[in-house]
Amino acid sequence: MSGLPLVALVGNPNAGKSALFNALTGARQKLGNYPGVTVERKAGRLSLADGRPVELVDLPGTYSLSPASPDEQVTRDFVLGKQAGEKLPDALVIVVDASNLDNHLRFALELIALGLPTVVALNMVDLATRDGLELDANVLAQELGVPVVSTVAVRKRGLDHLKTELETLLGAQTGMLRASAGEPDFDAVRREARRIARAAIVRETPSRRLTAAVDRVALHPVLGLALLLGLLFVMFQAVFSWASVPADILEGWVTALGEAVTNTLPPGILHDFLLQGVVGGVGAVIVFLPQILILFFFILMLEATGYMARAAFLMDGIMAKVGLSGRAFIPLLSSFACAVPGIMATRTISDPKDRLTTILIAPLMTCSARLPVYGLIIAAFIPARSVGPGIGLQGLVLFLLYVAGIVGAMLAAWALRLTVAKGRSGGFLMEMPKYQWPRPQDILIGLWQRGVIFLKRAGTIILATNIVLWVLASFPHAPEGVRQSEYSIAGRIAGGINVLVEPIGFNRDISLALLPSMAAREVAVSAIATVYAIDAEDDAEALEQGLGDRLAGRWSLATALAFLAWFVFAPQCISTIAVTRRETNGWKWPLFMIFYLFVLAYAAAGVTYWAAVAMGLG
Amino acid sequence: MRLTDLPLRQPAFVETIDWESLSSVEGQRLREFGLCEGASVEALHHGGLLGRGPLAVKIGRMTVAMRRNHAAAVEVSTGPQEAQV
Repeated sequence: MSGLPLVALVGNPNAGKSALFNALTGARQKLGNYPGVTVERKAGRLSLADGRPVELVDLPGTYSLSPASPDEQVTRDFVLGKQAGEKLPDALVIVVDASNLDNHLRFALELIALGLPTVVALNMVDLATRDGLELDANVLAQELGVPVVSTVAVRKRGLDHLKTELETLLGAQTGMLRASAGEPDFDAVRREARRIARAAIVRETPSRRLTAAVDRVALHPVLGLALLLGLLFVMFQAVFSWASVPADILEGWVTALGEAVTNTLPPGILHDFLLQGVVGGVGAVIVFLPQILILFFFILMLEATGYMARAAFLMDGIMAKVGLSGRAFIPLLSSFACAVPGIMATRTISDPKDRLTTILIAPLMTCSARLPVYGLIIAAFIPARSVGPGIGLQGLVLFLLYVAGIVGAMLAAWALRLTVAKGRSGGFLMEMPKYQWPRPQDILIGLWQRGVIFLKRAGTIILATNIVLWVLASFPHAPEGVRQSEYSIAGRIAGGINVLVEPIGFNRDISLALLPSMAAREVAVSAIATVYAIDAEDDAEALEQGLGDRLAGRWSLATALAFLAWFVFAPQCISTIAVTRRETNGWKWPLFMIFYLFVLAYAAAGVTYWAAVAMGLG
Repeated sequence: MRLTDLPLRQPAFVETIDWESLSSVEGQRLREFGLCEGASVEALHHGGLLGRGPLAVKIGRMTVAMRRNHAAAVEVSTGPQEAQV
């Protein structure tokens, strides 16, 4: 906690709070967690007009101070000064959506009644104008008794005005809660909010409603579903086709770095360590940065445009059949990027059994860490030919792997709901926000944060695991005529694992990669790369070959397919287990999750391998 | 008429709500969405291929998704709208 004045940004979901937060703080944001809970704490530094710094915190959106889920609880505790480790905010910025005043003012009145220094940001006035709504901010300020500033996150003028108001508030008053006079009557506050909203509306003309028009297609039972599947398909094709150029460039850099190491260092243990353990291992993972960013780009776009709620609506019917709600679709789709934020996003599900089931199946969604593994194997074994206009075979296989994960997850949810998470299904209640075109800055900030997280992983967990692996794979030195990857400590451990996984077609390379890939899935790729680099040490020709080419020479297609199938269901990384333990308050569910995923992965890989061998692909 | 039976895109208003049939969390969330006696509502879309999916309903200025069992708890009328509460 800093000694700076603390200002909280608070409001309904979909009031444009995050865009306003980004516009006020820029890229100077700090992501963290509130102690004890896994709710993400988003804070940033804001400079007032006189240069004074202020800490701005973006609180989770909520509809009232009566929380229905853990993240709403944080918002309530924060503004009441009861959140552990946080002081009472010095001021509140209440964000209200200009085109949904009736509703948002009700919560605003509830917040204003707390008595903290407050300014109201009348946000998204541009969208209100688009819908034919004209508002008088002065009337609103008079009625509410606090300053009101019209804001549009992209326009500087409103933001400057907001900062000036904050400056006045922070200079004049000190934050203190008003003694509460009991719970206010919900209906009375609602009527008051409605009266004020009526008073503030200057003109209301019916105009073309973009959202209603788009929804006629997007929510159509047939067209809407086709659109959703089409979007997902384009997303997965793009991950492959758009990424190839930047990935090649990155690969060029990694190769150049490896050559630089070879040219500057004398042959010896340091040279080998840097080339094989660091450049070879971590480099093999870093080249997948473009693919991961493209995937996050699509997910951020779907969220920011407001489409994600439509996807949830479309999926609710199907999700209900396996005992979940459409709401679960959003954490599950986020899990395509990473299961950790996905599992954290389940906090918006209020029904505990719904939530538990969603947490347990989230790791089955193909996370971006599996992309390096899929990418490597697909590029090595699946020919890059076209199977139709705009449809590449490689992209199609990738799509099918994602589908396999989804189908697996649905079956698992259905089974879980009949057994360990038995109970009446929770409901599905969700706001459908207006469509809007996202601001490029918001998308860029999101991509930047995800990219940094990925590179940090590459520099910490992945690097550390690779170093350990390199040491285990390099010693003791194998005598002449024996492969180093078999003679080394790692090779012997792999030999033990191999006994278990040989029936499902896995070779020793894979056995060696399985254990470190528990730390982070991408490590499977760097582990194989490291081992091959060590084996190829005295073989100049082998070193020249790409990793994919070497794999294609050593693995059968059946083995490669079994390996892919394994990774569809594979037990999750350490971070996922840790976040599951935190979210479920104990070891029971994470251990259960590891067990059932191992069983699934083993069965899937086995069936794939045996079927492929039967078809003559062994 | 129940909200589930209301023809699509026909403006109506809420007559009564059977709060008892909703759980307290659901009831509160619906209230927060602006659902109350007298509120103007409009059914916009039925989800799901066989018509068993959720309902997209406009409540005042807000569009929300709810399941049919929630919508069935809401009695609506398409007659001349009474004074807004």
